Amino acid sequence: MYSLGIDIGSTTSKGALLADGNRIVATALRNAGIGTDGPEEVVKELLRASDLDEGQIGVTVSTGYGRTLYPEAHYRVSELTCHALGAHFIFPGIRTLIDIGGQDAKVISLDGAGRMSNFQMNDKCAAGTGRFLDVMAGILQLRAGDLAGEAALAESICPISSTCTVFAESEVISHLAQGVNRKDLVAGICESVATRTGSLAKRVGVTPPLAMSGGVALNEGVRGALSRYLGVEILFSPLAQFFGGLGAALYGYQTYNKEN
Amino acid sequence: MAEEVRKKPAPPDPDSARFKLGAIIEKHYREVHEAKARGEKIGWCASNFPQEIFQTLGVKVCYPENQAAAIAARGAGQKLCEIAESEGYSNDICAYARISLAYTRVKDVPEQNMPLPDFLLCCNNICNCMIKWYENLAEDLDIPLILIDIPFNTGYEPGPDQIAYVKAQFMDAISQLERITGTTWSEDRFREVMDISNRSSRAWLEATGYTRYKPSPLSGFDLLNHMAVAVCARGTVEAAEAFETLVKEYKEAVEKGTSTFRAEEKHRFMFEGIACWPHLRTTFSALKNRGMNMVATIYADAFGQVYQDLDGLIRGYCSVPNAVNLEKARDTRIGIVRKTGAEGLLVHTNRSCKLWSGFMQEMSKQIGESCDIPVVSFDGDQADPRNFSAAQYETRVQGLAELMEARKKGE
Repeated sequence: MYSLGIDIGSTTSKGALLADGNRIVATALRNAGIGTDGPEEVVKELLRASDLDEGQIGVTVSTGYGRTLYPEAHYRVSELTCHALGAHFIFPGIRTLIDIGGQDAKVISLDGAGRMSNFQMNDKCAAGTGRFLDVMAGILQLRAGDLAGEAALAESICPISSTCTVFAESEVISHLAQGVNRKDLVAGICESVATRTGSLAKRVGVTPPLAMSGGVALNEGVRGALSRYLGVEILFSPLAQFFGGLGAALYGYQTYNKEN
Repeated sequence: MAEEVRKKPAPPDPDSARFKLGAIIEKHYREVHEAKARGEKIGWCASNFPQEIFQTLGVKVCYPENQAAAIAARGAGQKLCEIAESEGYSNDICAYARISLAYTRVKDVPEQNMPLPDFLLCCNNICNCMIKWYENLAEDLDIPLILIDIPFNTGYEPGPDQIAYVKAQFMDAISQLERITGTTWSEDRFREVMDISNRSSRAWLEATGYTRYKPSPLSGFDLLNHMAVAVCARGTVEAAEAFETLVKEYKEAVEKGTSTFRAEEKHRFMFEGIACWPHLRTTFSALKNRGMNMVATIYADAFGQVYQDLDGLIRGYCSVPNAVNLEKARDTRIGIVRKTGAEGLLVHTNRSCKLWSGFMQEMSKQIGESCDIPVVSFDGDQADPRNFSAAQYETRVQGLAELMEARKKGE
């Protein structure tokens, strides 16, 4: 049976298609989230890539902030549960997951079987989220995807406030005016996100193995800084952005089988 | 002729607790207006100021906190907050304070009007922001302020020195109020008021205790509305009778298996903090839609004081939830969670209340560990609608529901 998970976030839509709850058939991503045609485009792409039609999908589950806005879903599940399931699918035995998305950050504790046992999320402020990195990249005339490469070339780390995106923005501008090396600034920006998320993780308690998910997981600069801050290795998969969608598809498969 | 497309709601039963409690609030505001119109001195009063003093003297007061909550719930919180901010008040201070201070500027807010005061009764057993708020009211309106200072209890119980300190202020407050209002203290009337207050409080606490039944005969959010009476009228016979009616109704509901919670009670949880008044419908709907009934809150019981004598009365006001240390606050809540069988804790990190939200992270963690229940928090505000995100709230509440569901299934 094919199950489809669609993770509709604030800035991107991600989808995953599973066969029999154990084989990834396709994944798809569009840089368009809630309120766009991103979710429909992702589903079209999944069907095209898998050479399936809609009638062959047994169950569809939506997750993410836009989960309630996708009418085709059989189930709507929070991204907390889905990210936990998806992370455990990729890294069996994982006990802590840090997910940094476009507008929020969450730290999820999992039991040994991959079920969410506790979680903490960021407060209303966007500091420590993907949005923070987007804003900082914009000031430095970089793309968010270029930040990790810049940070890797830093000679030192220029400390940046982790309290507030707006404060950090003016801080970065004044550092630029003082001639601080851009690469050192980017390293400081990555460190800032890591510090904020790391303190959130410490509230929940960090039990290894630990993995990261969400778009920010792709940023090696943040991953490295977070690993140093917490003193643990961080597992990484190129599928990190799809954990929510994978977990949604897995939830659909498991629930469908229980109910039928 | 137009067709009736929607049935009119049935008129409320005048013998119901809901009707009686609503009538008390109406009467409360009406009486203060009437007293003011007669030329009597009326006051504004902090919610946990010893109400026995002015009840005994027969002096009418109204409550800025109740007013601010009503204004916020009816949609005018942001407008009033912005007025206060334009006067120079930081948006970081309590939204009740901002609304109240703004009200003295505009003097007419249809969402909830109150007559302007001739004196102020302040008590800082709920927070110290209250002192500056009332000092500024006194300065702006050029009226006297009576302050009863109740220090935060760093120990588990208030000691005899604290009781003596507060009792002396209690007696002094009586003398000051006699001078301001031209009234006379009567020990007989004081004993009568204490008896009525105890009767009201016992009935109120008994009513709130009905959430221990499974399913609960009431939606816990009902208590947040009813408690306005516990705040402003617990020293009146009408309040005692209304709460006794409430108890009777809950008792009957348990026997009949009915509830004011209009959904299947799938999960029972404790709500920590003041309600998000500007977003009450959003916050309540997200819970009701998932069958989550609030069966535990420290907030409702905060206004039920039962005591034997004057020392007991003083001890009660020294021990209100915001005046006690982390260990006592934690243990009280653990007791409530166990008594009600709450299966999760939803914490409102209230941007208005630094005191309450400040130690909540540590306290809620300890409660969760001790009771083995999941704990989830969300950002919000008691009266400033700008400090809340519905999408963030939805995700956290659904996450809590999923955690409770998984535990029930033994997953």
